[in-house]
Amino acid sequence: MADLLRVDSLAKRFGGIVATDDLDFGVAEGELHAVIGPNGAGKTTLIAQLSGQLSPDSGRIHFAGNDITAVPMYARSALGLARSFQITSLFLDLSVLDNVALAVQAHAGHSFRFWRDARREAELRDPARAALTRVGLSGRADLPASALSHGEHRQLELAMALASSPRMLLLDEPMAGLGPEESARMVTMLRALKKELTILLVEHDMEAVFALADRITVLVYGRVIATGKPEDIRSNAQVRDAYLGEQEAANG
Amino acid sequence: MNGWFSVRNAAIVALLLALVLLPVYVEMGGSRFLLTLFTRILILAMAAVSLNLILGYGGMMSFGHAAYLGIGGYAVGMLAHEGIFSGFIQWPVALLASALFALVIGALSLRTRGVYFIMITLAFAQMAYYVVAGLARYGGDDGLTIYKRSQFVAPLDLSNKIQFYYICLALLFASIYLVWRIVNSRFGMAIQGARSNDTRMRAIGFPTYRYKLVCFIIAGTMCGLAGALLANHTDFVSPAMMYWTRSGDLIIMVVLGGMGSAFGPLVGAVALLVLEEVLSGITEYWQIILGPLLLLVVLFARGGIDGLLGKVRHRVSHG
Amino acid sequence: MTLFIEQCLNGLQFGLLLFLLAAGLTLVFGIMDLVNLAHGSLYMIGAYFAATFVAWTGNFIFGVVLALGATLLVGMVVEVVVMRRLYGRDHLDHVLGTFGLILFFDELVRLVWGPEGLTLPLPSWLNTSMQILPGVDYSAYKLSIIVVTLAVAIFLYVLVMRTRIGMLIRAGASNREMVGALGVNIKLLYTLVFGLGAALAGLAGLMQAPILTVQIGMGENILILAFVITVIGGIGSIRGALVAAIFVGFIDTLGRAFFPDLLRMVLSKEAAATAAPALSSMLIYLLMAVVLVVKPEGLFSASGK
Repeated sequence: MADLLRVDSLAKRFGGIVATDDLDFGVAEGELHAVIGPNGAGKTTLIAQLSGQLSPDSGRIHFAGNDITAVPMYARSALGLARSFQITSLFLDLSVLDNVALAVQAHAGHSFRFWRDARREAELRDPARAALTRVGLSGRADLPASALSHGEHRQLELAMALASSPRMLLLDEPMAGLGPEESARMVTMLRALKKELTILLVEHDMEAVFALADRITVLVYGRVIATGKPEDIRSNAQVRDAYLGEQEAANG
Repeated sequence: MNGWFSVRNAAIVALLLALVLLPVYVEMGGSRFLLTLFTRILILAMAAVSLNLILGYGGMMSFGHAAYLGIGGYAVGMLAHEGIFSGFIQWPVALLASALFALVIGALSLRTRGVYFIMITLAFAQMAYYVVAGLARYGGDDGLTIYKRSQFVAPLDLSNKIQFYYICLALLFASIYLVWRIVNSRFGMAIQGARSNDTRMRAIGFPTYRYKLVCFIIAGTMCGLAGALLANHTDFVSPAMMYWTRSGDLIIMVVLGGMGSAFGPLVGAVALLVLEEVLSGITEYWQIILGPLLLLVVLFARGGIDGLLGKVRHRVSHG
Repeated sequence: MTLFIEQCLNGLQFGLLLFLLAAGLTLVFGIMDLVNLAHGSLYMIGAYFAATFVAWTGNFIFGVVLALGATLLVGMVVEVVVMRRLYGRDHLDHVLGTFGLILFFDELVRLVWGPEGLTLPLPSWLNTSMQILPGVDYSAYKLSIIVVTLAVAIFLYVLVMRTRIGMLIRAGASNREMVGALGVNIKLLYTLVFGLGAALAGLAGLMQAPILTVQIGMGENILILAFVITVIGGIGSIRGALVAAIFVGFIDTLGRAFFPDLLRMVLSKEAAATAAPALSSMLIYLLMAVVLVVKPEGLFSASGK
């Protein structure tokens, strides 16, 4: 299967710190590809470069056959590449439905329309409600986003990413801060989504990663040290030393 | 609107009725001064409504909005000075000049955020002030008298004070309605989203810069119209119209009335200007009271009068 | 040529004066994240105090020192009573709240000293000119302004870069919570920093008093320039404020002095006469516009000092 997302020799420094170090990897269409690594491995920097929030110092990013390295952030989502945020980044003073409707609106042509009431436009509201139903938030649609719990915020994040009907999702730690019940729910949801989209998942929650991933890439100090199927990664000695070993020791 | 009847809505309806009936009251023997005062209030309320669009809804803290009052006003003043009294020429020029200025200033300023944006808009407005004050031909520092108001076709006569009041009132209502429609449209949602979380807006696919710029231009143009009205009202224009403290007054009106509410700026304008009148009747040094009062509002009543009147519970509905 | 040298010195002097004002502004913003529109009021109060105390005591130096102390005191009182409640709030709240302070101070000054303004005459020993180059005489007082402000700039540099307090200031600028967590009395630090800013503003105000003006509203006029300088130099950077201030001082002074002549070469006499004052005042804002287009966060951003 061809790579939907391909990264070649990507590099990014912040002053003396090398966040991304000559990175090569690819995500095949239809797979759920997890990226793991210890803190400071450069996972969030990678997502930021993939989504266009940061510009790499060198290297190229290809999506669906196109070189998107120089494409600005707002245009990437139009190409089918959507992202969720690790730290909740929502429109807290707007309603839950408004949040998702905005994500729909972003891809429903230009927004230089000054007269019609946007909250009554079925073209915007219907897909928004559908996305909310998919993540299980349809009952909360009219509440202000600030009234939701943290777990519901993560669900809303996902709904917004879905609302743009993307080909590929960049998920930055969707489980962050979730309790065991909420995590299980998120895993079930992601498993269902897997069938329809390509997903790049950055996560610390190893249970979720091993339950969902088709392939795993391990990042240490901005470099790929291993890529492969979950069972291969689990048994890879280098990876154990660098990362999983630490984790197991910490978990006791 | 859900929850139709509330203290807040009743108060607003009462205010609107009072404004509509004011000239009738004046004709029946009320003080003529009230008409002058309230015409001024209506005009500045319109300026505040335009500021609310970018400040209350758009989150763009422009501290140079009074510049457009000056630009609109001087368009009328300068043309009148050159012998062109037709409103059909003056007013479009006022609008166009304001739009152009907003385009240039907005294009530059919107490259910055937060406090930088405040300072930049402030500085550019001051620049306009100094430029105009340096134009000796048009009165410079002393200002320019306007000997004839904008001429339209009969029966419209701007020098008729009552007619002029109703023209200002009509234009004010029109601008409130226009802002309300804009804010609830797709464009308005984009602007509100950008205010709420600009990074997220860009991440989901909105090129926020261009929407904010257009919003900025709309607001500036609307304020330019208010400026043209102001010039007609006072029969005089001076650089002081755009001094940065006037921009501060406009911000006070918006905040006092309640940001991001349709009628807030009107309430704020009424409150501020009536308060000024009342206080200056009590003491010559009324700003000594106004200053700390403003500070107290900022510290304790941030939602403005609109916030105080409405319920504290967050309402996620229209308007 | 002598005119040119004189104008250059005027530009330097004006720039350094602006630096004093901008330094206080940028310090307060960089460390407390506070936008203080009332900074100009402290500038005004410094001038008024100086005019008053010099007249009372009959001694220039003594009066000036008293004025400085009084402004420092006013600054610290304002910090404790008002600013403390504004920390951590939206910048718009700062802008509005300090705008209210401006109204208050302007009116207070009018109440106490009347609407007319004051004068601060120079003592005879300062009211002379000195020969700095063969054939070039320059006001001794203006020279002393240059000397004093340069001394203050050096003092600030030493303070921020080489002392423990300076280290706290720099640390506070980059990470407020950490400094607090380290057990440093943040409240006291803030009061001192704000006081320092007030003293700088007051010093600027009283130094320009004999040669420019002591009147209500003088703070507002110069505040804009100070803000433009902080934007150009980069908020939080004293070095940036110095560079930008001197630059702005030069452009404004030389611009006003020579730009009209330049215009007259290009335009007709009448057109030049009309346009010159307007365009000269625009020069600084054009500079700011250019900086904004090229480097929106300022020439030296907050992390560098």
